[in-house]
Amino acid sequence: MFDFKSANERERNRFGLRVWVAGFAVLLAFGLLGWRLWVLQVQQHHGLLQRADNNRTAVVPIPPRRGEILDRNGEVLARNYLSYTLDVVPAQVDSMDGLLADLERVVSLSDRQKRQFERRLREAGPFAPVLLRNDLSDTEAAYFAAQAFRFPGVELKARWVRQYPQGQSAAHVVGYIGRISERDLQNLDASNELGNYRGTDVIGKKGIEKSWETQLHGQTGIESLEVTARGKPVQTLHRIDPVPGHDLVLSLDLRLQRIAEQAFEGQRGALVAIDPNNGEILAFVSQPSFDPNLFVDGIDHESWKQLNESEDKPLITRPVYGTYPIGSTYKPFVALAAMALGKRTPDTKIYDPGYYEMGKTRFRNAGSVPYGHVDVHKSLVVSSDVYYYSMAEEITVDALHDFMKPFGFGQKTGIDLVGERTGILPSTDWKKSAFKDAEQQRWYPGETVSVLIGQGYNAFSLMQLAQATAVLANGGTYYRPQLVRAIKRGGSAEPVPSEVMHRIDLDPKAVSAVRDALVDVTKVGTARKAFATAPYEVAGKTGTIQLFNLKGAKYKRDEVDERLRDHSAFMGYAPSKNPTIALAVLVENAGWGSEVAAPIARAVFDAWLMPETADVAKAPVGETAR
Amino acid sequence: MISLFNWLMQGLRAIDWPLLLIVACLSGIGLLVMHSAVGGTDWRFEDQSQYFVFALVLMWTVALVPPQWLAKMAPLLYGAGLFLLVAVMFVGDTSKGATRWLDLGFVRLQPSEIMKIALPLLLAWYFQKREGKRNPLDYLIGLVLVAVPFLLIVRQPDLGTALLVASAGFFVLYFAGLSFKLLVPVTIAAVLGIGLVLAYEDSLCAPQTDWVVLHEYQKGRVCTLLDPAKDPLGKGFHTIQSTIAVGSGGLYGRGYMEGTQAQLDFIPERTTDFIFAVFAEEFGLYGSVALLFLFLLMVARGLVIAQRSETTFCRLAASSLTMVLFVYVFVNIGMVIGILPVVGVPLPFFSYGGTALLTLALALGILMSVSAHRSSMPASNARTGLGSP
Repeated sequence: MFDFKSANERERNRFGLRVWVAGFAVLLAFGLLGWRLWVLQVQQHHGLLQRADNNRTAVVPIPPRRGEILDRNGEVLARNYLSYTLDVVPAQVDSMDGLLADLERVVSLSDRQKRQFERRLREAGPFAPVLLRNDLSDTEAAYFAAQAFRFPGVELKARWVRQYPQGQSAAHVVGYIGRISERDLQNLDASNELGNYRGTDVIGKKGIEKSWETQLHGQTGIESLEVTARGKPVQTLHRIDPVPGHDLVLSLDLRLQRIAEQAFEGQRGALVAIDPNNGEILAFVSQPSFDPNLFVDGIDHESWKQLNESEDKPLITRPVYGTYPIGSTYKPFVALAAMALGKRTPDTKIYDPGYYEMGKTRFRNAGSVPYGHVDVHKSLVVSSDVYYYSMAEEITVDALHDFMKPFGFGQKTGIDLVGERTGILPSTDWKKSAFKDAEQQRWYPGETVSVLIGQGYNAFSLMQLAQATAVLANGGTYYRPQLVRAIKRGGSAEPVPSEVMHRIDLDPKAVSAVRDALVDVTKVGTARKAFATAPYEVAGKTGTIQLFNLKGAKYKRDEVDERLRDHSAFMGYAPSKNPTIALAVLVENAGWGSEVAAPIARAVFDAWLMPETADVAKAPVGETAR
Repeated sequence: MISLFNWLMQGLRAIDWPLLLIVACLSGIGLLVMHSAVGGTDWRFEDQSQYFVFALVLMWTVALVPPQWLAKMAPLLYGAGLFLLVAVMFVGDTSKGATRWLDLGFVRLQPSEIMKIALPLLLAWYFQKREGKRNPLDYLIGLVLVAVPFLLIVRQPDLGTALLVASAGFFVLYFAGLSFKLLVPVTIAAVLGIGLVLAYEDSLCAPQTDWVVLHEYQKGRVCTLLDPAKDPLGKGFHTIQSTIAVGSGGLYGRGYMEGTQAQLDFIPERTTDFIFAVFAEEFGLYGSVALLFLFLLMVARGLVIAQRSETTFCRLAASSLTMVLFVYVFVNIGMVIGILPVVGVPLPFFSYGGTALLTLALALGILMSVSAHRSSMPASNARTGLGSP
């Protein structure tokens, strides 16, 4: 017992010492605070008091005008207009009810606007202006301005509002702006941009508006105002003008874009057209679309629900977000691979009885059609599957993967839009990482068979197919795809240079074998109908992507659920000699590539290569698409 | 009747009157300043008044709980806190880029708040158990017990709260006897390091200087503290405006509800983290020093309660919680007057917010419980400690 007590006593003394030390540290810390308070409130009091009084010169940020977005011919995709708003500073108002009653005689106020105003009023402080009404008409603004002296505390302001005059056209490319969210604030804070956004209440949320936010926003200006003790501005003392955001000139051709969109009329799908000589994107279609104007001032609940819950998924940017097996449009690249890997020459002939046997499994041509002796040329023109099946035992999936990778398949293309998906370029490594149990991780030879005709695990974005097509069209140069062609600063436009990401070393003989075949596809092959009357030469390949395995039963289009029907695809470029446009198109659940996707490609080629007749050609093309 | 009378007497005895007096003064001033900060009566003032009433009831309730019970609950509370912190990682609510909250449907819970109380209690309980047979390994274990919640909270990310939680744990280790041989060199190194940074500010904050260890935005935060004028509309704005407010108060202050900085909306977050600026502008140096003195009294009272208590658990819990309160006050005021970086730490009794007040009430309740049960504890129990049967 005694021992315990002494131990406890020692402990106590030790603790006592520690408390004294802590107490001393606390005193020291409070002394430091006291010293600093003394410095501020006694030594620097004079200067700081003056600054507080100068704070009657309120520093008000002036948000810059956001840059406009134009297409390559100067057509406006996004612009700003001045909208008049009425703000109320509560502290300057004696009777809010009386004010509203008076004000209603000058400008209209709906019950909903009044309710919203009351809600904002409850959340705001007494000195901050509270929004009462926006989008005043010019007449209303003029009326109010004349009567303004009767309404102390009410301020008429003009602010820039974003507008998308093209509506649904190219909406996925342009994107939209919306109110700055907490997350945006966090990002701005991290990039040291918060100061520049004081006074700005919107920010790019999607598309170019988001990915080019830095260039579009501009520099916030500062205005020093003399204010009364109650915060009312008296006069401007000093002003640094804001620097408006840069205008962006897109590579998109709006005329081409509209014609492509019209050709899609009522169907779901994606189209990307690229200039193979520099990587500029000429058309970028995602159908169905939406109206970005809905988002500018905060989208209403009804419209949001409608867009978000629609089975057609209009908000998804299909060309970069949708990934599909691309079917026979993959064959030109597989043919190149076969020749590059030394498994086929342009002259190698394979006998095609309409099916290919691997072990006990029979892999058939579409419709089990026998094509007889088939070489590379014929394999593409008639779209023989057996020719490609036959490589399954000679080409490994990994060799195929390595050949396809530089074309951009299963890779991010590097386009200046956010939300691009990688897709899947199958390989044995990929399969190991994609599946959990050992049995599924193994690669089966039968899987190589379907991969070779663009089915199976293949999942590429249309953007990737369009890029690969452009690479094939220009003979092996991979340009970074770009949507912005020039940045306008003040009066002068500064071009955004095209960027070669890499070059693929291709055998010219193999390339010309494939190209010749692709020309014949549009002359005498699967796509001949769509291009029959074209006055220029097109190289291309159709594709029909099977979604539903009927296990040998015959595919009857009308008996299958609409969403399980085949996708219709086309890839190609024109003119075949010196191509200026390469494109990929896919129409969801539309059936044969030759019937639906190829006519859309035709309309786009016509519009690009024969601009003077394009508008006339527009209507009949819409007809053939059906 | 008599039992009711007894019960009431016991309840009154649970209150530490000096501490209550200080708390009452601070709360009163806090509400007064809130009234000014919102520019008259509005919903925040009413909310805050209700929180105060609720906090008072909570404080008293905790004060009635004997410290033995608190000690027994400590591991449970710590375990629950850890569990919730891990739960936040998986099912937490994200806002402002950080995942800190659990949405339980009826209430949004921030588990890191629990840890501010649970960690010091747990460590106090642990050192109580090891009383008499303590060795250096115990401090290492203590360090681990601090590190686990600290890292979990840093991950959210919430460095401010993580540091507060860690400091709560550190104080227990310190009061439990962590060797001065270890503490003194670390303190000297820290002071020297800060001195060096101040001396070389210009070259350190030059735009081309790349800080290897820290993120660019962290560099920004430190450099803004060193020279707020560099980013007047951005991060420096808070510090500039709050120091102007404090300085313009002068000796006597500009008078209640007369501060132009506060009333003209120049002080950002003037109902929460920056409310001290409102006070200092309107009450001047005399008011500020008086307020500092009140806070000092509170800390002193807390340390006295710790000093007088009989068991290790009580001593450690009371002293560390007191020091945490001190850290709150010091960090908040230091931030407002521009000697510490801007981190989100509320000023006890002043900043608007229910959660902060509840944590405060818990801490004060524990202090009162320790104070009240000092004499009523059986002597043998007091000497041998709670852990031994």
